[in-house]
Amino acid sequence: MHEMGIATSILDAALKEAERRPGARVCKVGVRIGEWSGVDPESLRFCFDSLLAGTEPEPPSLDIDFRPRQNRCGACGTVFALKDFEIQCPGCGALTTLPVSGDELELAYVELEEP
Amino acid sequence: MTKVDVQQKVLSENERVASALRDAIREHGIYCANFISSPGAGKTLLLERTLALFPPSTHVAVLTGDIQTDNDAQRLARYGFPVRQITTGGSCHLDARMVQRALEGWNLAALHYLFIENVGNLVCPASYDLGEHDKIVILSTTEGEDKPLKYPATFSRAGLVILNKIDLLPYVSFDVNVAKENIRKVHPGAEILELSATTGAGFHQWERWLEQKRAACAKAMPALV
Repeated sequence: MHEMGIATSILDAALKEAERRPGARVCKVGVRIGEWSGVDPESLRFCFDSLLAGTEPEPPSLDIDFRPRQNRCGACGTVFALKDFEIQCPGCGALTTLPVSGDELELAYVELEEP
Repeated sequence: MTKVDVQQKVLSENERVASALRDAIREHGIYCANFISSPGAGKTLLLERTLALFPPSTHVAVLTGDIQTDNDAQRLARYGFPVRQITTGGSCHLDARMVQRALEGWNLAALHYLFIENVGNLVCPASYDLGEHDKIVILSTTEGEDKPLKYPATFSRAGLVILNKIDLLPYVSFDVNVAKENIRKVHPGAEILELSATTGAGFHQWERWLEQKRAACAKAMPALV
């Protein structure tokens, strides 16, 4: 729903990185999107591409690293993806597990072409 | 081709403003809550009834967000406390910048509570930190019990979940226990309060909850040097 705003923020941040290097052009933007970030990856890609449509012959592409919701077990250390919201550790059965990924909404890298 | 490692939050600008707001709120010992729900779950009525309970000497202020109209601000202003409408003009959520602008000119030192009513939406508000202490998510009995599973991003970040419209339980198929199980699936430690903003049922606990939160904020307030 708010993916257009998120796509705009991503593009702004990437362009800001390019500005630090005179003449540089953004080729690719890498983002990490968590399963529980509230952002839909497909919709984000659509918005990102729409923002850039017609602006230049080869507009930047978006590389989405989708992160599933994962918890780590406090007892045995197992890291596992949550299925059906089940937080119980599949390794030892402990219920004391805490989220380690799935909330990401991050700009990871920008690929630049420099003169 | 140069790959530049950035590693920053996409909403880092929002985070920066939210962090400044958080500092200001903490500094003045204010308890700040961000109310999030679907349209029609009862955010405005809950706030109306809450304001009606406060004695006129209470230092409370409300910001209310909507895409259009100032209807909610008009409803809330009847209780004599400062209220400002934030009209987002299309945006489906409030961001920290809107809150910062809306607070301009208000004397934060004179406040104990700041309530922010977000735009009715269970998706987007979860992504935007407003500098609040708690996101309070309202789920009403006229909705599905599976809402927490459909919107885990929002429910997993809730400092409190309010089950509203419990006066309607005899007339709807909503199962409170199933709803609570679903809330705990996405947020195992969630605090849950049941109430009705229409009849006032459950408001004693709600009032107590707010008082405790505000007392903790006052206690944590940095001493004036």
